[in-house]
Amino acid sequence: MTAEEALLEEVRGLAAAVPDPEMPMVNLEDLGILRGVARDAEGTVTVTITPTYSGCPAMDAIRANIRERLAEHGHTRVRVRTELAPAWSTDRITAEGRRKLAEHGIAPPTGAAPAPGAALVPLSVRCPRCGAFTTRELSRFGSTACRALYVCESCREPFDHVKPL
Amino acid sequence: MNERGANAAATDTATIAYVLRLGDDALIASHRLGELVSRAPQLEEDVALANIALDLLGQARSLLTCAGRMEEQLTGVLRTEDDLAYLRDEQQFTNCRLVELPNTDFAHTIARQLLFSGYAFELYAALRDSADDTLAGIAGKAVKELSYHRDHAARWTVRLGDGTRESRERMKAGLDAAWPYTDELFAADQVTRSVSEAGTGVDPARLRPAWEEFLAQALSDAGLDWPETAPITGPGGMGGRDGVHTEAFGYLLAEMQHLHRSHPGAAW
Ligand SMILES: [Zn+2]
Repeated sequence: MTAEEALLEEVRGLAAAVPDPEMPMVNLEDLGILRGVARDAEGTVTVTITPTYSGCPAMDAIRANIRERLAEHGHTRVRVRTELAPAWSTDRITAEGRRKLAEHGIAPPTGAAPAPGAALVPLSVRCPRCGAFTTRELSRFGSTACRALYVCESCREPFDHVKPL
Repeated sequence: MNERGANAAATDTATIAYVLRLGDDALIASHRLGELVSRAPQLEEDVALANIALDLLGQARSLLTCAGRMEEQLTGVLRTEDDLAYLRDEQQFTNCRLVELPNTDFAHTIARQLLFSGYAFELYAALRDSADDTLAGIAGKAVKELSYHRDHAARWTVRLGDGTRESRERMKAGLDAAWPYTDELFAADQVTRSVSEAGTGVDPARLRPAWEEFLAQALSDAGLDWPETAPITGPGGMGGRDGVHTEAFGYLLAEMQHLHRSHPGAAW
């Protein structure tokens, strides 16, 4: 591994571990929103990320947190670039990310992301507390853009579900 | 990037005007929904409308930023998303009049959302193939979000239309009030002709059959008739795309722009 490769790997690791501001149990790697890192001839590091939703209010915080984390490790010439295409999908959330979400009471997305325009019929969502599949959608729009509000008919607890996108 | 890719398109005034229209549509639609935060009929609905408004605001930011940068390549002067949102006057906004219609009651809001998000969904589905890479990228995200928005409006249309006599009358009144402003969505002009020829935009008439199909399904599920109110145009047959707006728009802009104009550069 060259020094350059080692540096990029270090930067990637640092950026990947930045927690999501709204769901701090998962990081940028888990959510699949880290697109890559590069360094130009002048030594400026560019970290490329993609938003989950167009209006995701966490993006500014994520950009600031990446810069802060990298600065703590001596990388001060850092640019965070936002890339829209290809559009993010919940399919990009890693297996590890899904496990962490469920562990913290948020049901991960079920099945593959629907094609735009396809009927938005949610598959059975498993209650992250008791494991029952007898759950019901209360509202398709929850506490953040990416979540829907569900309730479990078995244990009666409400919970958030990361809806397929 | 192909020959008619982003750079070639960027120097074309029609494309700039086109992207600005889309940005204005999203911005004003977002602002109208934002007015309902803390005023929706139930908590879940408050959250839903706010989320939809936020998606639209995100789309508006991307589109206005894109229009500003394209314009800069042509004129050498950059207008940021904030310059475009807060420092233009009424006649310089080219959003369709549909999105500026007042909320009036919840059924009016749902009717406006049904008609607009049904249209915007078809638009962004088509724009994923735009010859402009930036616009295609914005469309690729927006279409997924609009898919949820139009579904939200269609479900409420059924609940209200197929609900009580009162809710049905209100839903019908909401549709009748918004319907006269729908022709404008599909009207061709110099700008749309130019962008559809260049492959950066689409001929709006092309979107109409799929929009009508979506609408026919929603209305039939709700047991509602096709609205029949006659189209309303502004003076000289002009409308929102020409900078001619409804009376309600001036009040909307005054509220939206007041803070920024009174305290330039305010941040918190
Ligand atoms: Zn349960």
